[in-house]
Amino acid sequence: MASIDTSAGGIVLSRLSKSYGAVRAVRSIDLTIVAGETVALLGPNGAGKSTTLDMMLGLTRPDAGRVQVFGLTPSAAVAAGVIGGMLQTGSPLEFLRVRELVALVASYYPRALPVDDVLETTGLSDVADRWASKLSGGQIQRVRFATAVVGDPDLLVLDEPTAGLDVEGRREFWQAIRAVALQGKTVVFATHYLEEADAHADRIALIAGGRIVADGPVTEIRARAGSRAIRATLPDVDVGALERLDGVLGAERHGDAVMLTCEDADRAVRSLLGTFPQVRDIEVRRGSLEEAFLELTSDDSVDNESEEVLR
Amino acid sequence: MSGVTHVRLELARTVRNRRLLIFSLGLPLVLFYAVASAQRHAHTDGVSFPLFFMVGMAAYGALFAAVGPGARIAVDRARGWTRQLRITPLSVRVYFSARVLTAYVVALPSLIMLYLAGASLGVHLSAGQYLEMTGWLVLGLAPIVVIGIILGHLLTSDSLAPAVGGVVVFFALFGGAWGRFFNAGVMSTLVKLLPSYWMVEAGHDAVHGGGWPAEAWIIVAAWTVLLIPLAALVYRWDTRRV
Repeated sequence: MASIDTSAGGIVLSRLSKSYGAVRAVRSIDLTIVAGETVALLGPNGAGKSTTLDMMLGLTRPDAGRVQVFGLTPSAAVAAGVIGGMLQTGSPLEFLRVRELVALVASYYPRALPVDDVLETTGLSDVADRWASKLSGGQIQRVRFATAVVGDPDLLVLDEPTAGLDVEGRREFWQAIRAVALQGKTVVFATHYLEEADAHADRIALIAGGRIVADGPVTEIRARAGSRAIRATLPDVDVGALERLDGVLGAERHGDAVMLTCEDADRAVRSLLGTFPQVRDIEVRRGSLEEAFLELTSDDSVDNESEEVLR
Repeated sequence: MSGVTHVRLELARTVRNRRLLIFSLGLPLVLFYAVASAQRHAHTDGVSFPLFFMVGMAAYGALFAAVGPGARIAVDRARGWTRQLRITPLSVRVYFSARVLTAYVVALPSLIMLYLAGASLGVHLSAGQYLEMTGWLVLGLAPIVVIGIILGHLLTSDSLAPAVGGVVVFFALFGGAWGRFFNAGVMSTLVKLLPSYWMVEAGHDAVHGGGWPAEAWIIVAAWTVLLIPLAALVYRWDTRRV
């Protein structure tokens, strides 16, 4: 087995495209991931996340563009055992115990980790002798995660790894993933949970309509949404007057409180204080990640074609 | 990566599936005793009825056993397992070899159980004759193993059971496992084109010597040689699709 220089190259997707009939699932995606990075592909259902990951794993052949994984084609990287993956769907085989299933996958890899260590890290030691197909949803996800990591791959690809898990299950699951990612692995995961991308990724690639609409650290994605909001206590002032303030785009009133959506929060604060000196409790806050997400993935920023139903 | 663990666990999960064993071992055994015990002294196809029916039921059970491991690929596909395997370094060669090996390993007990049942109803053959008979049965099974793999990539897990049942009944019935029903006319020629016909013929061949005629070799080889590229085609089609 040739040794792979995983420090070189990382993962490079260039002008990657894939259509299913009339549906353009992935449209010319460019993405470069540095070795050791944890990257979230964040996007709504049908954005093209799974198709992108499938092409990264060599399961789906791109119509155009190419994928390089540590300088190799996906299938060469898979054959060399440098990729471990957890696909979106899949349930453990029948008639195999948890330990056997993990050992089975371990046997395919040239430098697999000791099976018992992996069972320990993924919290499966207690159920190691149970039938893999008869576990609870959370345990099954952990078995699938264990099979993804047991080969000690350099790149870990996880397609919505916490789908179907409750809050506690998700928390435990991410603890296990972090334990692995801390060992210098490159991790790429797809999710439609904002908080998951925010909490666990170094970097977020926001996908919508088969394109990457934003790519950068979480703080940058938030900033990309641009607008900030001002909240203040200001009774007895007409909403129309607030909307006319310099730097303000829109205003709303909730009882004594007003909410101003701003084009430029600094200018808006100055004009607010200048015009209404009685204003109290001024609070300037950044748009939430959720607002950024909605703004960046909304129809305005993605030129959806009429017939498009995305995968 | 030697594939030893893969083969061992493929075998383990096949053997642990009791449903398969009921059809490949239980049913032929019950049918054998139900029919042959009343016909202990009859003769058919130039041999004693118990010998004929022993080989017939051994072939029938072996058909079930041999088609099963390949066909259960459909279940693995439904569970997403074949996709999971494709992102591991497991080679396609090891994957298919394990299926074929598993098919043969689970088919052998069907033969042995029926030999024992046959002996209990007075079938007596020399060790050499048993060995020769087993050889023909095992050879005739080759195309059936490949058919299992083809079915596994074509079917859904829902349509699996009826399709496997249908294929086994087809080869068993027209191959003569339950009796030689076609002794004249065009059908008697057509049934000789089936590999299962020559499996059932194994008992006759072992007793009377001489082995398979050239015809049998050509037919079984032709089925196998034609089906293997078809299996490769179906596999490629199946894995491209997803």
